[in-house]
Amino acid sequence: MKALESEHIGSSHKRQPTRLRRIVVPVVALAALLAVWELACDTGLVPAFMLPSPLAVVRSLFADLGLIAQHSITTLEEAALGLGIGVVVGFVFALLMDRFETFYLAFEPLMTVSQTIPTIAIAPLLVLWFGYGLAPKVILIVLTTFFPVTVSLVSGFRSVDTDMIDLLRTMGASRWQIFRYVKLPAAAEQLFSGLRISATYAIVGAVIAEWLGGTSGLGVYMTRVRKSFSYDKMFASILVISALSLALMRLVDLLEHVTMPWKRAEGSKNHD
Amino acid sequence: MSTGADQALVAEELTLSWDGQTLVTRDVSLEVATGQVVCMVGKSGCGKTTILHALAGLTTPMSGRVLLHGKDITGVPGHVSYMLQKDLLLPHLTIMDNACLPLVIAGESKEAARAKAAPLFERFGLSGTERSWPSQLSGGMRQRAAFMRTYLMGNDVVLLDEPFSALDAITRGEMRSWYCEMSRELGLASVVITHDVDEAALMADRIYVLVGAPSAGVPTEVGSVIDVERRDVTDFSVTDEFLAAKRAILAGLNS
Repeated sequence: MKALESEHIGSSHKRQPTRLRRIVVPVVALAALLAVWELACDTGLVPAFMLPSPLAVVRSLFADLGLIAQHSITTLEEAALGLGIGVVVGFVFALLMDRFETFYLAFEPLMTVSQTIPTIAIAPLLVLWFGYGLAPKVILIVLTTFFPVTVSLVSGFRSVDTDMIDLLRTMGASRWQIFRYVKLPAAAEQLFSGLRISATYAIVGAVIAEWLGGTSGLGVYMTRVRKSFSYDKMFASILVISALSLALMRLVDLLEHVTMPWKRAEGSKNHD
Repeated sequence: MSTGADQALVAEELTLSWDGQTLVTRDVSLEVATGQVVCMVGKSGCGKTTILHALAGLTTPMSGRVLLHGKDITGVPGHVSYMLQKDLLLPHLTIMDNACLPLVIAGESKEAARAKAAPLFERFGLSGTERSWPSQLSGGMRQRAAFMRTYLMGNDVVLLDEPFSALDAITRGEMRSWYCEMSRELGLASVVITHDVDEAALMADRIYVLVGAPSAGVPTEVGSVIDVERRDVTDFSVTDEFLAAKRAILAGLNS
């Protein structure tokens, strides 16, 4: 009987939540949080100048929607450009680190150390060196986005089954063919994980760079509304930044879904 | 010692090492003729896979050479087909594209390679799986696909490193019979590594029993060579020849 009970407990632990439950539970939790927040503001428990209510934030968002959209486009452009360059730089670094052991030994510690420097600390230096234009913003985004891509790719390349490489060697495969057929596809899954992190870093990096100077972008908008003590608008821009980051992450998911059809087959088999 | 001309593959006195100092094998020689299945049997860690690597040209021996139809191919990969214990199908390629991989690597167009592979699907019992992903196939089917890919490498010598050990007992038995029949029909010369004594006795025309313990400082050598008298019977495992081969292997391993 005891064995049966433990078996039952074991199987219930393994049961995956249904799709509906996965959606409903977080939505209810978020709604409850917003309700408490709204109540705290409406009852005067928290003064409006310290924390605007969710409804006030939404009202500000719609009131300033045109302006926020313009600033969002600037931020998105900077993020996309920086992320694009960051991915290319990350890819090149990963290739060199995989191909040349000396390059790996030389740059792996340097890269790790570089990531311990806070973005907010180097942003003013970049503005000092490159001015208020596009360059410092893009450089900052490149610096923050290339690392996750490099690390994930290097790790993916190194996780390749050596037997797979030996097999291709017995087929007479060249170094390029081994990369094309074995290493790159094996690293693809980890690349997308890195890309997902980089996508969020890209938006945040752009906003931080805009805080320090510029004429357009969500960071510039945030600086302006902060100076006028419009914290409801400040929160509205935070909402937009989150939405943009989430949208970019979803875009990476979509890209993964389209470029890795075999993962869908594996997923459906596991589900069976 | 054979000159190698009458044999598909000949290994002459291979002395191998993992690190250039510790000897794994000493003067290991073997031969396999076209249409023949040769098994190498030995205890774990005796260097069976290292020998297979040398036959495949993946490692260069300290001394000795490997001849393919009399031609020296020592240390040069790409002349013999190699299949490992794992099926090693690339997960991002369909079964068709996995099978075609050796041809594509050799420079053939994808279309030409697919045209060559397509008629083989039925022969290898894989009809209808052309567009499936490897993850959608059972272990036995995946192994058949790996055999087909090995066959499409176009070499008449095939090296198999414990090819059935990852399969369940029933599938293993089926695959073993299927492979022996198929390889003899196709005229392949096969060198199979196994640590399963029954498997060696059931499959092989000739068995090389390897003895030695390289990790203990005793390089592996060929302890005995057993030629199995094969008869065309439904179940070879109930014949006297099978029992005789099995006894000889066990005696060789324990010598």
